[in-house]
Amino acid sequence: MGRPMLEIKGLSCGYGKRIVLHGVSFQIKRGEFVGIIGPNGSGKTTLLRAINGLLPLTKGTIFLEGRETHQMARRSLAQKVAVVTQSPEAAPPFSIEEFVLLGRIPHWGRFQLLETEGDLTIAEQAMVLTGIASLQERRMGELSGGERQLAFLARALAQQPQLLLLDEPTAHLDIGHQVQIMDLLRRLNREQSLTIAVVLHDLTLAGLYCDRLILLSEGRLHRLGPPQAVLREEVIEEVYRTAVIVVETPLQAKTAIVPVPGGD
Amino acid sequence: MKLNSKSLWLGWILVLAVLLVIVCLFSLGVGAVNIPLQKVLVSLTKGRGTPEYTILFAIRLPRILLGLAVGGGLAIAGVVLQGMFRNPLVEPYTLGISGGAALGVAVNIVAGGPAGIGLFSLPISGFLGAVGIISLVYILGTRGGAVKLARLLLIGVMVSFIASALIMLIMAMTRTEDLHGIIFWIMGSLEEPDTSLIRAMLFISLGGLIVSLFFSVDLNAFSLGEEEAFHLGVPVERVKKILFLLASFLTGCCVSVTGIIGFVGLVIPHLMRLLVGGDHRILLVTSFLAGAIFLILCDTLTRVVMAPVELPVGVITGLVGGSIFIYALSRKGASF
Repeated sequence: MGRPMLEIKGLSCGYGKRIVLHGVSFQIKRGEFVGIIGPNGSGKTTLLRAINGLLPLTKGTIFLEGRETHQMARRSLAQKVAVVTQSPEAAPPFSIEEFVLLGRIPHWGRFQLLETEGDLTIAEQAMVLTGIASLQERRMGELSGGERQLAFLARALAQQPQLLLLDEPTAHLDIGHQVQIMDLLRRLNREQSLTIAVVLHDLTLAGLYCDRLILLSEGRLHRLGPPQAVLREEVIEEVYRTAVIVVETPLQAKTAIVPVPGGD
Repeated sequence: MKLNSKSLWLGWILVLAVLLVIVCLFSLGVGAVNIPLQKVLVSLTKGRGTPEYTILFAIRLPRILLGLAVGGGLAIAGVVLQGMFRNPLVEPYTLGISGGAALGVAVNIVAGGPAGIGLFSLPISGFLGAVGIISLVYILGTRGGAVKLARLLLIGVMVSFIASALIMLIMAMTRTEDLHGIIFWIMGSLEEPDTSLIRAMLFISLGGLIVSLFFSVDLNAFSLGEEEAFHLGVPVERVKKILFLLASFLTGCCVSVTGIIGFVGLVIPHLMRLLVGGDHRILLVTSFLAGAIFLILCDTLTRVVMAPVELPVGVITGLVGGSIFIYALSRKGASF
């Protein structure tokens, strides 16, 4: 029904002469929650960068709701796609509220300098949704790792995107914060039908939360499908070159991936 | 609560504007001839023809206006460059602009610049020198149409060194009277006999403030890093080019009119950041005002401290600016 949220056709791209992705094609439907998995260096982050226009494409095209993303102005792309990058660098000199309000920039006119009441309301909602409203006066530099990640997520939500891209949002977080972030993403996906594509290293988390998984290996699409079709022992062993056991969990139709220590 | 911070912004602007007026009045009254404030006000309004009126309007006011334009211009060039490079040590002179201007002037003085343009000869050669160096730095600092900030910075520093080496070479091979001219120009001064140049400088400086304000939101996004700014919809490459050219043009104009006045572009943005925070929308406006206040005040001090000898303004900006800055840092030391 209708155009896919995101359609990627024969995408090849990389950094200068080094091509990282080779002929990747797939679609993401509106309202899907998709996980992107694969070993380090398989091209997951590169894929996100290509989708958001940060990298020039060597070959292929990317369509967002039928429009070619590389033809779109930065601002109009940022109105539709928000990105939460991997472990963002040094603390910006802002309070949480100021930081979240930066998410409104793409919706501002070229000569707009001040936020409107509407911007404040939207930023407030984003902070309430991510549970950091009580911290809004704090400086970004004073936050814990988990709170930081929530602030970046809140800023992305303030952009009011149609598509949310996240690069390992649970990296460096304890299990409580991991579940908090993933639950929040699932709620956004279900209640606000936000389309989500998230790069994850934790295969068990990926299986628990995602509708579909995209498995990349050496810059190529290795497998694409529902978690039970992708998270199979032989597939993981081949791509990650390590032995794993996929075990049933008491959760309905959900599995966990347990690595097998080597040398035994 | 956000409205609160906006009224705080307004408060800062008002305080600095009032300070600026006070400093201007003070500077009008002080000098070789001291004129009490009351008399300044009377002379300004209905003193036409009196000797006070001549001193105020022909000598002191032009200097004050030039101080306002150059102090403000250098300060916003500093804010723009520090914001864009996300490096607190960058200042308008880091990129070789002052070196280029000084080289242009030195060549002009030694070679006996083009006759017939009289008063404009030194400013024009300074400006040409600055433009030449900026173009060189810009061409060498871009790769495949993309401005590489770290590269730009390194090239700027290196080009600065080369320019000062060339100036030393010229100075070593110069007659004494020319040497004095070069040194005098390099030390910087707000003494400027031509009023149309002062008017042009005011116009450029205020224009620079307005243009940079329209990029203040982009500068805020830049403080998260180039990639984050990109994700927030900022056309990063285009904005970098515009801001670099804007800051270079402002600095080039300032330097070619007044010579090299250091420290305003480095210290004022820092002080204001400690005071009003990292939001460029307020940072640019307050830095402009504070830069103007600072330079007018320093220039007044040059006339007072060792009167009747007039000190080079760069001596005062360095001494006063450096001391204030170290004091401010040690008070708020926690953030550094």
